[in-house]
Amino acid sequence: MKRLYFIVIGFVALLLASCEREQRRFQQGAPSTDTSQSHASMDEIYPGGARPPSNVANVYEENAYMVSEGKRLYEQYNCVGCHFHGGGGIGPPLMDADWIYGGEPQNIHDTIVEGRPNGMPSFRGKIPDQQVWEITAYVRSMSGLLRKDVAPGRSDDMSIKKPEESQKPEPPKK
Amino acid sequence: MKHSAFSNLGSFLLGGNHSVTSPASPQAHQINGIWWLMFWVCGAAFVLTMLSMAGAIWRRRKAIEVDHARDSRRAAFVALASGIVVVVLFVFLVASAVGMKKTEYIETRNALTIQIIGHQWWWEIIYNDPVPSQIVTTANEIHVPVGKPVLILTSSRDVIHSFWAPNLNGKRDLIPGYQTAFWIQADHPGVYRGQCAEFCGHQHAHMGFEVIADPAGKYEQWKAAQILPAKEPEDDVKRHGREVFLSHPCVMCHTIRGTDAGSRVGPDLTHLASRGTIAAGTLKNTTGNLAGWIMNSQSIKPGNHMPSMSLQPDDLQALLAYLGSLQ
Repeated sequence: MKRLYFIVIGFVALLLASCEREQRRFQQGAPSTDTSQSHASMDEIYPGGARPPSNVANVYEENAYMVSEGKRLYEQYNCVGCHFHGGGGIGPPLMDADWIYGGEPQNIHDTIVEGRPNGMPSFRGKIPDQQVWEITAYVRSMSGLLRKDVAPGRSDDMSIKKPEESQKPEPPKK
Repeated sequence: MKHSAFSNLGSFLLGGNHSVTSPASPQAHQINGIWWLMFWVCGAAFVLTMLSMAGAIWRRRKAIEVDHARDSRRAAFVALASGIVVVVLFVFLVASAVGMKKTEYIETRNALTIQIIGHQWWWEIIYNDPVPSQIVTTANEIHVPVGKPVLILTSSRDVIHSFWAPNLNGKRDLIPGYQTAFWIQADHPGVYRGQCAEFCGHQHAHMGFEVIADPAGKYEQWKAAQILPAKEPEDDVKRHGREVFLSHPCVMCHTIRGTDAGSRVGPDLTHLASRGTIAAGTLKNTTGNLAGWIMNSQSIKPGNHMPSMSLQPDDLQALLAYLGSLQ
């Protein structure tokens, strides 16, 4: 009888483990909106030594719903037009370890909002900031930088690419 | 504008503005004729079959007795019935071949040409003209003059769709990278509903359109109004609304002729307020519906390609006032 209790409790615990995954935190604000105050470092070359690394955490990277929203927005705002599904084409690939302008959440956010030379347009005001942070979280999932249980598990379209949750982690090269 | 399965079935059998059985064009009359021929013949065959089965059950077989005369009579009866079936099938074959031939043919002199491009999940309508300034682009609403043949050139921007306005003609697939052509002609004024008839993804069921057949004068009036660029906003609220449109995500996908917005990803909004519905026949074009659509289109048509916006209340009201003025 005792064993049955343990089995039941174990099963319920397993179910509860997945509770947080899809929680929709609409009230949770995006980390920061002002890119002019951003301290994200883009390059390793600095006068007078490097600044301490940016420690802005993107809360959306903890939430599967927000990341899957980011995945949809990545299509809807036509990021696929240049970066394709991560492999790159007109724009650089996003699923590898190379980051021209930094791979931390704040860097990617700033790159989307500010734009970058040679083709990346500035989306300032054109994408609501919360959605920029959702896209940022998704972009990082493409190179396997998010937890496996948060990264999207499938694609809505036909794709020969593996879903983001099975992407081998590609930590940014320093 | 929601159509349940039952109301669709009802309007199919009893007629309506989305029905094969209330034809409004020469081709639809052909299709309607074939439909009723098949309906009555198959109905009669069904009743006869059921009656003979009931008779067979009623007159159950008595003790087994061999009667060669009756057997040969039965064989003759089966041969006769088979012969009748073959003749009826031939009648159907000839009727549908003749009907198809007549459906393909239409008087083509001084025809109007309309280009229809399918998108997930809306219809882009272009009235071609040799003079570029006379080209009209709109969405989801096709205005045609009554009694004039209309050549429809179709293609698709993404996947296969199918153009089907049952009161006017049969279905025609819209195929990416390939242009097909067919004809419609409305016999009398009216609003005919159409629908995508080839499964094309998440919101296939909400990919409707309207064909509005107007008398020639009214049609010319409509077209003259559509050619004009968007109306200049006449007060500060609408001017602010235009600013909102041009500085927020809207401008990345939509066109408003006469402004800097010129993107071709979403429907042309130059004369949005002149249209009766939004979101491809999904909602009536009212201020409230439009506000809901802009702020959270994903709850109305989940999976559609328009991201939800986040606008300040003042900005949203100004935007709605501006869009509402685009007659």
